[in-house]
Amino acid sequence: MSSNTSSVKKATSIYSVSLFSRLRGRSASGAIGGILILFWLIMSVIGPMVAPYGANDFVSYDVFGPVSAKYWMGTDYLGRDIFSRVLNGTPYTIGVALAATVAACTAGVVSGLVAAASGGWLDAVISRTQDAMISIPSKMFALIMVASFGSSVPLLIIMAAIAYMPGSFRIARALAVNVMTLDYVQVARLRGESMAYIIFKEVLPNMFRPVLTDFGLRFVFVVLLLSSMSFLGLGVQPPDADWGSLVRENISGLGSGAPAVIAPAIAIASLTIGVNLLIDSFGNKSAHH
Amino acid sequence: MTELVKVSGLRVAVRSGGADIPIVHGADFSLKKGEVLALIGESGSGKTTIALSLMGYARSGCHIVGGSVQVAGVDVLTLSPHQLTKMRGRTVSYIAQSAAAAFNPSKTIMDQVIESAMIHKTCSRKEAQEKAIGLFKELALPSPETIGERYPHQVSGGQLQRLMAAMALITDPALVILDEPTTALDVTTQIEVLRAFKKVVQERNTTAVYVSHDLAVVAQMADRIVVLKNGEIQENNVTREILEAPTNEYTKSLLSAMKPETRQDTVEQKTMDLNTDTPLLEVRHLEVSFGNKKVLHNIDLKIRRGATVGVIGESGSGKTTLARSIVGLVQASGGNTYLDGEQLNEHATKRTREQLRRVQYVFQNADTALNPLHTVEEILARPLRFYHGMKGKKQRDRVLELLSLVHLPASIANRRPTELSGGQKQRINLARALAAEPDIILCDEVTSALDTVVGAAILELMADLRKKLNVSYLFISHDISMVQAICDEVVVLYSGFKVEQGAGESFQRPPFHPYTQLLIDSVPELQQGWLESTNANHETLPTISAAKQNVELCPFLDRCAVRIEGKCNRIIPARIKLPKGNQILCHHTFVNDLNSQSVQRHEQKNALVESV
Repeated sequence: MSSNTSSVKKATSIYSVSLFSRLRGRSASGAIGGILILFWLIMSVIGPMVAPYGANDFVSYDVFGPVSAKYWMGTDYLGRDIFSRVLNGTPYTIGVALAATVAACTAGVVSGLVAAASGGWLDAVISRTQDAMISIPSKMFALIMVASFGSSVPLLIIMAAIAYMPGSFRIARALAVNVMTLDYVQVARLRGESMAYIIFKEVLPNMFRPVLTDFGLRFVFVVLLLSSMSFLGLGVQPPDADWGSLVRENISGLGSGAPAVIAPAIAIASLTIGVNLLIDSFGNKSAHH
Repeated sequence: MTELVKVSGLRVAVRSGGADIPIVHGADFSLKKGEVLALIGESGSGKTTIALSLMGYARSGCHIVGGSVQVAGVDVLTLSPHQLTKMRGRTVSYIAQSAAAAFNPSKTIMDQVIESAMIHKTCSRKEAQEKAIGLFKELALPSPETIGERYPHQVSGGQLQRLMAAMALITDPALVILDEPTTALDVTTQIEVLRAFKKVVQERNTTAVYVSHDLAVVAQMADRIVVLKNGEIQENNVTREILEAPTNEYTKSLLSAMKPETRQDTVEQKTMDLNTDTPLLEVRHLEVSFGNKKVLHNIDLKIRRGATVGVIGESGSGKTTLARSIVGLVQASGGNTYLDGEQLNEHATKRTREQLRRVQYVFQNADTALNPLHTVEEILARPLRFYHGMKGKKQRDRVLELLSLVHLPASIANRRPTELSGGQKQRINLARALAAEPDIILCDEVTSALDTVVGAAILELMADLRKKLNVSYLFISHDISMVQAICDEVVVLYSGFKVEQGAGESFQRPPFHPYTQLLIDSVPELQQGWLESTNANHETLPTISAAKQNVELCPFLDRCAVRIEGKCNRIIPARIKLPKGNQILCHHTFVNDLNSQSVQRHEQKNALVESV
């Protein structure tokens, strides 16, 4: 009997350990993502203020200088402090991307809900228009827009919003169509409720979590699109610089392994990975419930 | 003794917010080789949790905290994950509730049936296939030689459930766990599956644990019954003792809930004149088609004010479509619906708010019918504001009044549906319909997702409300015994045809339409040996020649036990009136119902003579 109880204890400890580690694993990655995002969000507001040097101050005669106590991320091809330039670029990268993503998702979700709720010809018109837009490659579209209108921050926002709206629409419509078939929406229809009530009171709250997840993912795509535009020299124009343009400016330092080219790349990576980690932890939770 | 399974002091807990909440409090029972033990209880009683622990498994979020589970001399709780993998499917196998969800749709049935034999390497592939075919024969599956080549969607639900049994038995396990294997099936299918299971279990001397909420089903299958409530064993005895002399109060309440009481107030309804006043709701010549397939054929229905009309039939009979068409969710391809003599538009969106208010629809599944993000108060207040313009304190008072009307405490108003039990949710679902102050409520299988005791309480509540509010019901169900007990009038649907219609009490004695007869015979009775003695699906159907092509015939022809050569396969039957008042769609007139079998054989002979 005593051997029995001890073996039972062993068995239960195996169960509890595996459960514990699973819970820990999930929340830890989410927490890391959350901390990274929080850090960059704060930096996007106070970054320019806390930067040790001005963004365009030539502080060193040493170009592509190494990491030192004075210059935390080294110096760039003109001898400017990269750490200060990354901090000054944060509002551009995050601000432009955030504005574009909010615009893309709002337009996409609203049109998706209207299409799903109305059905029939309105749904067909909206869906086919969005299909036509999704068939244009986003980079090509961005290049054409910049080529025809010239590069400016408002244009970049509008361009990224248009490029990423159809994807958001697709997901929102698919989610809404599923929720629409649920019995409580049928109940509201049988009660004679208006379309606005059904969309905003019954349907939207029940698809909020996946929409939020999509928002985060789309934000990452927009950051990457804007960075690659800046890398091509078509994004934020000098003397201002976002992270993508910082990588481009200092690309010649790549051969000598200068921190100037690596630091902004790491900034882009940490932001996108952070968002992804946070989204993944959301996804796990919603799948679990 | 040769105890194959011995469970002692088993405790299982759910971890929630760092604390362990016990859900099984020390279960003890044992099982001899060749015995069938039933675990019976309501949802949440821990019956599935206990059954799964026999495989050393706890569902995610749960864990086994203590006790021992001996299966064939091994304590499964001490096994390593690797040893458990070796044991599962080999020593203990499992038959799940929904075979449709348990089969992989992209693999052939044979591959899946022999899969566990392949994994555990109990025999060669060829031997396993031969064994599987042998099992298919034992389980009375059609064309056992070739059924394995098909894919899961190509066989019926009842067949799939039997195939799953073959899958579980392929490795000759010491113990088989059957988890509600017939709950998702129609009664007429359930009976076939139960017979097949019972035959196999007896022939192979299988030891089994049968998990179910249905005492009548368990009575057919089990040698012993363990009654569970809230994770505690209430009673553990041989089946006959449990059925005939239960000692526990809870067991007694379960037994009494199995027998729906016949309504007391049928008499007062009789005083109403049936024909003179306009019916509250009338359906005339209703036809509904989905694409080219007609799912409802020429349905006529009248519901008087204050009356309850039941619609029964198995899944696919069109009963839900009928209700959805009445409320305007499904568009009719022919016929009309009238409310107080006034024609209703076939689209719900084109009906007036007043018309929508007067006809309320209660969905089957309260889990999906209540928005999970709205509180109970919001759910009930919306129809009050929408239809009656109530606001503020008046609205709040009415919500509380509605809650007390459905026997729920006022404290529930601020909770969300996910925090409520199944029975409470169904009451809220009903209260929302009542909030509109309707004249008629269409109830679509409102008790089928609930436990027997809870379902009985909901039915009682509805009968009570009918007396108080003089509301009419259209009651859709697959359970004929329940419908005949609570309804003034019953309509039997079979594949979209109204095959029988009559007063509720007339369904207590024959004659019936052959399909109604089959339904009645298929309802499990609370006595051992019922499965062997009932007529349903037992006899071989009379052989008849191929049906005449391109002619509309009796829909029940293929399954009818009393079909007539030369008549049923040649011409469509007429709607006839039986002496007891029921209308049926059949060639049989049942004038001499005691001799109907011999009459039918006689007619068959004549038909044969004629054809020669």
